[in-house]
This record gives sequence, structure tokens and C-alpha cells, in this order.
Amino acid sequence: MSGSQQATDTDRYAGRRVKRVEDARLLTGRGTFVDDVVRPGMLHVNFVRSPIARARITGIDISEALALDGVYAVLTAADINPYVHEQWFSLEGRHAPDTPRPPLAEGEVRHVGDPVAMIIAQDRYVAEDAAELVIVDYDPLPPVVDYATAFDSSELVHEAYPGNLVGQIGGRPMADLAPTFDNAPHVVSETYHQQAYCAMPMETRGIVTEWSPSDGTMTIWTATQSPHEVRGFCARLLAIPEHSVRVVMRDTGGGFGQKVLPLREDMCLMIAATKVPAPLKWIEDRQEHLLAAGQARHEHGEARMAFDDDGRILAATIDHVQDAGAYPSPNPVGSGIAVGLIFPGPYRIPEGTFNSRFAFSNTSGRVAYRGPWQFESVARECLLDVAARQIGIDPVELRRKNMLRRDELPTANCNGMPYSDITPLETFEQALEILDYDAFRREQEQARAAGRYIGVGTCTYVEPTAGASALYGTEGATIRVEPSGKVNVYVAGGSCGNSLETTVIQLTADALGVDIADVSSIQGDTAVTPFGGGTGGSRSGPMTAGAVNQTATELRGRILALAAHLLGGVPVDEVEFTRGVASVKGSPEKQVTLAEIADTAYFKSGSLPAELSVGLEVSGRFRAQHLMLWANATHVCTCEVDIVTGEVKLLRYIVSEDCGPMINPNVVEGQIFGGTVQGIGGALYEELAYDDAGNPVTTTFMDYLLPTAAEVPTIELGHVETPSIGPGGYKGVGEGGAIGAPPAVINAVADALAPFGVRISRLPLTPATIVNLLEEAAQRGAAGAAAAAGAARTAVAG
Amino acid sequence: MTDVDIQVRVNGIARRASVPPRLILADFLRVNCGLTGTHLGCEHGVCGACSVLLDGEAVRACLIFAVQADGAEITTVEGLAEPDGELSVVQAAFRDHHGLQCGFCTPGFVVSVTAFLEENPKPTDDEIRDALSGNLCRCTGYQGIINAVRAAAEALAESGGSASRDATAKETE
Ligand code: FES
Ligand code: FES
Repeated sequence: MSGSQQATDTDRYAGRRVKRVEDARLLTGRGTFVDDVVRPGMLHVNFVRSPIARARITGIDISEALALDGVYAVLTAADINPYVHEQWFSLEGRHAPDTPRPPLAEGEVRHVGDPVAMIIAQDRYVAEDAAELVIVDYDPLPPVVDYATAFDSSELVHEAYPGNLVGQIGGRPMADLAPTFDNAPHVVSETYHQQAYCAMPMETRGIVTEWSPSDGTMTIWTATQSPHEVRGFCARLLAIPEHSVRVVMRDTGGGFGQKVLPLREDMCLMIAATKVPAPLKWIEDRQEHLLAAGQARHEHGEARMAFDDDGRILAATIDHVQDAGAYPSPNPVGSGIAVGLIFPGPYRIPEGTFNSRFAFSNTSGRVAYRGPWQFESVARECLLDVAARQIGIDPVELRRKNMLRRDELPTANCNGMPYSDITPLETFEQALEILDYDAFRREQEQARAAGRYIGVGTCTYVEPTAGASALYGTEGATIRVEPSGKVNVYVAGGSCGNSLETTVIQLTADALGVDIADVSSIQGDTAVTPFGGGTGGSRSGPMTAGAVNQTATELRGRILALAAHLLGGVPVDEVEFTRGVASVKGSPEKQVTLAEIADTAYFKSGSLPAELSVGLEVSGRFRAQHLMLWANATHVCTCEVDIVTGEVKLLRYIVSEDCGPMINPNVVEGQIFGGTVQGIGGALYEELAYDDAGNPVTTTFMDYLLPTAAEVPTIELGHVETPSIGPGGYKGVGEGGAIGAPPAVINAVADALAPFGVRISRLPLTPATIVNLLEEAAQRGAAGAAAAAGAARTAVAG
Repeated sequence: MTDVDIQVRVNGIARRASVPPRLILADFLRVNCGLTGTHLGCEHGVCGACSVLLDGEAVRACLIFAVQADGAEITTVEGLAEPDGELSVVQAAFRDHHGLQCGFCTPGFVVSVTAFLEENPKPTDDEIRDALSGNLCRCTGYQGIINAVRAAAEALAESGGSASRDATAKETE
């Protein structure tokens, strides 16, 4: 590009597949994850954890452990818990109703893996030896293992919560809708039970805490999505000033919601560090992660829809119950309400309501996980397929009839959620076209005739991103042009693989008008970056874009003013500034570079008129003008089911997504791929399972099955681009894949097995589950069901 | 338990150490040698994050004791790029195809793929998927990784090069 040309949109870095700046260090083993942090004199922590789901602790004998060579201390609840001053999350706010969350178990253990004592030793090996030597006397109590029956249990997980009810929330009374359902030509209902599964980042949790008693400061290195949340939390926990805590995260090995909040072990390390004369490190192992890092997705709900004669939806309700585990973080009611609110999804539904209840159980506590409300899509989309089969209409036709069209927007769903800037029908049609739906139906016909069972499933959803809650409603940036003309941009960060360094330098280079090679980003250190909410709620793209834009715009103004002066006192609006070079419009021969401008700003202040500011550094804070930014997508999946082994093989997988303009298509697509495969895992393989006594039975990766490259199909993508009302028109894209995938997969399996009259209501769809479903269906009289399904299919095809 | 003397070469550098018999190789590399690129994702042999080359063969450093590596030549992810920092063909392919996000699984994938392409320079897609199935990634959905392996194989075929520098060195010896 020659200097005389005006920079155009095509010169922007946003929108391009810019290579990631994170990659060089990560590919060569030079990243810095929390376990890579070594501090002088550091000691290692290991936790003694409950082997029982629920018991009274009647005694703890630490003497043998303490006597072991290399053990420095063994701490129990009495040594730690009294030092909790305040304990609440910035995400929720001081006054939000909260659930119990003691650092160490006190008096009673409430799930297998509940931390009871904390070993501090010279290395992890000795700390593990010592844990074996701590003798805890337990008096077992009957556990509340099944959250679904917890409300009726006479046993209580927490005494202060009668009926094990964490909370309850809902819309208008279900009874209001009785007339609609009573008079509807078709009423369809199903109760779906989703298993517990979870984020499972490849890097487990970990934290290093270093207390400096002489000046009362704490430095923390940790695997987190939100360094500022950890800082504020620690300051409140210890009752020390917020600026006395510094939290540093460089590389975090995946978060997906799990690392949004500091949890109980983190509290232990924060408090214990103030009691021992050495920095402390705790790196969770995978077994601990599976026992105590939390669970998600465990819920069930009765979904109901009423239809008119033509298959138009008249009303939709969901009665929903969610497992909170023993120690949820945060209180699950706040995010759980979204299940009911978004249950209507992208459909025209005149009436509806919901009810959600949350139950404690003696299992690992619920934590946030990518699209925490994902069950709304499971319940709705699976029910729509059941409805299509019941009414005798093709599921695609049923959706076309009911899906919101662009000319109906903006609108609010029947539970009051305000939709705008979404394109559900466009993504739906695009994804079906990529598949060639009609061709697939023909292929299915032939396959069935040949005794092969293939099926197709879809899921279309709308998703609130970048929700402007108290913590998440603003985001800051500081941009400094250094004296040499190189640029540093500081944002709070919390990137856990979300490529935030790369996207931030793209946005900054565009907004300032400099070469991307001249921009570097510093993130994840509370001592040097602006305050920020971290990554969560699919907010990083839009919110950091807002912060960078606002800040860079002001800084660019200063650059232009200085350039105007250096170019001989021309009016500022005659200055062009592109790729770090300023010139006067129309006379490109006279130029001044950003390096020269910066040199003047810092070192030649005496030569500048008083009205020009010196230095080139600006901090800005963007305030969201939106409540949330809606994104939407359609997932389409085809599969083949082996009716003998119950094995599901995914054949094609298509996602059509509208996340607005893309800052970096590689990053967007990577988020969609990753989320989708997590959703596939949830539909088919993953389960955090407990036996009837509350013992976890999936405590290694041999039992908790993550999808591998061998199972995952190629994911084909389509994009529809509708700008949001947020900064740059961007929308969040981090979570959606994990929402859309499970229903698409479940529907594909159900469709493949439709000739057998199989009705799916329990997840995941493991081979054993599918074989059982087939057997049950056979017992119900498969022949009749097959004939009916066949007839329905023929009618649709005709 | 008395410590045992071992002698290994790690990324070309000779290391002597006296280690407890139960010290796993991954901890020896991470703690004793300060080579923190080798990651631990499960410590029970499933995730592959800890993969290193032991005498040219990919092994799981969480399942091997340091004493078992006595006398061996070890290559970790830190030893794959050129000394001037130029990425290996496999590393470059991962960067070019968005084969990593958080980067925690990445060293294990890069090391495993390096060994795999040595053994099978012209893999089919099924062979690639099969070879990768011993490494877990939670971020990428494997899409970029599979593309990266395919591209690395093509690049190596074109250049006639080898996936690992050490192997090249050995061949020319
Ligand atoms: S850490 Fe070695 S295979 Fe997972
Ligand atoms: S890139 Fe994060 S686990 Fe693979």
C-alpha cells in the first residue's frame, strides 16, 4: 500500500485470519502456566479429602503425618476457616443471596472429595505420602445422592436449607396455561434427564500464593479466567486492601467457565499463605479435578408444548430441576433462571412459562460451564422432534412454520427476553442447504431399506452474549505509545485459549492506525492492567473491542494533534494517519512517523504549545449500551447408529452461526469447533457419575471419556453476519457451540432410531443406553411403531 | 529409598542427577531440568500432554520413572525448534492451521506428531485421526490439529525433510 492511499476497510486487521501472537511461545514449550511458576523456598500443598459422601467428622489425627520428614504443617478447618473475613464474588455482588462455602470441611463432609485437611510439605511427593497418614474418623450419615429426589428426602445436605432447596424461581403460574393446553389439538411433552458433565480443561486448577508479612502484600499466580475477581476475592477474604493483592496469570490451559471463580481450595491457599513463612503451591491432579472441581449440566425438566392443527406452537412450558451439588459456586439460581427464560428459543410462541428449582446433593458442587443454560436447547429442540413425529410432520417443516423471521424482529419472547439482530431462520436454511437435507432423506430411505439406520438432527438456538451485569457491564483498556513509537495495550485479560492477545492487537492496530507488528498486549496482571471482569459470558470480544476502540480513539486524537503541529501547524482534520505514518492530505511527500511523534511527545515537551498534551498514553473505560448481545446458530448433525452394538458414528456435522462480523475468523471458528466437540462429548460420552452411595465412579480419563480425534467428525461451517448493537457490531461466540451440539446429536440419534419407536429421555447416549432403548422399544411393540413411523415418513415425503 | 544416579541427554545437553527412584520423568524434566514445556494433564497415561521423545520414540513422561531413562537421549518440546527459534515443520503447521488455543495439550501433540510423521510420512486421514487419538485436547475440537498434521506431512514430503531435527542428525551421522 502506498503512503498516498487512504486506508480502507480492506486494510483493516479485523476480519482477517491474523496468525496468533500466543503461538510461538506455546508451541516451543515456553508458555507460563501456573505449574511453571517457581518461587524461592516454595512449599507444596496437598489436600486430604473425604472418601465418603456424607459423614460427621469425629476426629482428625495429624500426628503421624506431621512427623513425616519434609512435612511442614498439617492444617484443618480450625486453622483455616476462622480467618475467612468476607467471602463473596464480584460476579454476584456483596448482597446476592449465597450458598455455604467453607474452605475446609468443618464438622461434616458433604461429598466425596470434600477437602478436610491441608498438608504443607517440601514437595508434592511428600505431601501425598503425608495425606495417607492423616487419620480422619468419620461417622457416616445417609447421603442425599440423587438431586431429583432431594426435595423429598428427610436427610439434609445443609441444615439451613429445608427440603434441600437452594432456591426456586419461575414465571407466571403453570395453571394459567391450562386452558391453552386443554384445548390444543396436539400436546407434546417429555421429561429429559441430562447427566452431570463438566468443563474439564486440560490444565487442572492450580494456585501459588506468596504472602509478604512485612508489608502485608499477597502475590498470587493462578489458573483463572478473571485475575481481578481473584484479587478482589482475596482482599475481602483476608480483609486486606485490594491494592495489597496482585494476581498474575500468563497462560491458562482452558477455562470454559470452570475457572471463572476462586473455589474452596483457593481460599485455603490464600489463608494458609499468611500463616507459613514460605510461598505455597497447589496443583490439582486429574483425580481431584474429577472429585472436587465441580460439575455442571446435571438437571432434568418436563418440557411441554401445545400445537394447533397446522403445527403452530400455541404455548411452551418447562418445569426444571437442577443439581447444585453440595457447594455450588456461584449460587446456581442466578444463571439457572436462564434455562426457563430462553426455553422458547428462536420460535414464535405466544404463551409460555417456566419453573426452576435447585437442589443440594452430596456430590461435587455445581460450577459455571460454557452456556450454563444449555438445557433450554436440549429440552426444546428434542421436544420439537418428538412433536414432529407425533403430529406426523417433518421436523424441518415444523421448525420453518414456527421459527422467527427477520421481519418479526426485534421482539420479546413469551418470557420477556428481548431479541434483536438475530437470524435463526437464515442459519437454519443455510445449514440445511450445506447438508442437502432432501438428499439426506432420500439416502436415509435407501439405507433403512438396506437395514442401516442413519438420522439427522438439528438445533437452532439464540444466545445472550456479553451480558452487561454489574461486573461485566464495563471494560477498560490502557494504550501507551512508547517513546520509540511501539505500542503496548493493556487489558485485564483472562484468556484461556481465547486468543485475546491476538484479537486485542488487531483491534488496537486498526483503531490507532498503526502496523500490527508494532503492537503488543499485556494482560493478566492486576498490578499493571486496568480493572476488568475477565473472560466469561462470551464477553471478551465485544467488551474488549469497546474498551480498545474508546481508548484508541482518544489516543489517536492526541497523535493527530501532535502530527498536525509537526507537519507545520496544519489543521488537525487535514492530517492523515495510516500504518504509523502521518501526512497532510493531498501532499504525501511530507511525512512524520509515529516514532517521531512519540519522541516529541516524551522528550521535546519544551517545544510543544501548552495546549498539546505530552506523552502518549490513554486509559479508557467502555460502558455497555446494551443489556446483552444476541447471537444465534443452527447445528445440523447426521449419524449412523449400529443397532446391535448401540454405537453412534457421526457422519456430517454442520454449524451455521451468526456472531456478527468476525475479528479473526480463525479464532471464531476455533471457538465454534471446540464448543461443538464439548457438546458432542456431552451427548455421547462424558458423564461424571456416582453410585448409589455417592461414590464417584469416573475418577480418571479411563472412565470420564472425552472425545478424541478418532470420534470427532469434520465440522463444516457457514456464517451469517448480522451486526449487533454492541461495539463494532460484534457478538460473543465462546459458548454457543457447547449449547447447540447436544440437541443436534440427540435428535440425529432419535431420528435414526425412529423406525423402532425409541424415545430418548436420558443422557448421555452411550452404546449401553442405546441398546437398552432399543430393547425397551421392542418390548413396547416395535412393529406397530415402525409401521406408524414409516407411514408418517411416507406422508411427509409425498 | 536411596537416590539413584542417572545420566541422560536432554535436547542435546548432558545432564547428571541423583534422583529418587519414584521420581517420574515428567517431574525430572519439569523440576530438575526446568523444562516446563512438558505438561501433566492426567498423570495416568491417557491425555498425552506429557509426551516426550525417548531415543526418538514418543513416550508418556508421566508413566516412566526418571531412572528408567538413564542413558537415554530425550527430546522435549523445547528441543524441536531450530536453535535460532525457527519453528519445526510440525510446530509451524500447528501455528498456520490454528492447531492450538490454550496451548496446554500442544507440547504433547507436537511431540507425538513429530514421532508419528517420522514413522509414517504419508498418512491417510484415518491414520492421522488414529494416531492423534492418544492425545486429548479440550479447546480445538481437533479440527485445526488434523489439518496441521496433514499440512506438515505435505510440507515434509515436498521438502524431503524429516519431522525431527535429531532424526535428521542421526541419519547424517
Ligand atoms: S499426563 Fe501423561 S498422559 Fe496425561
Ligand atoms: S489447545 Fe487447549 S487443550 Fe488443546
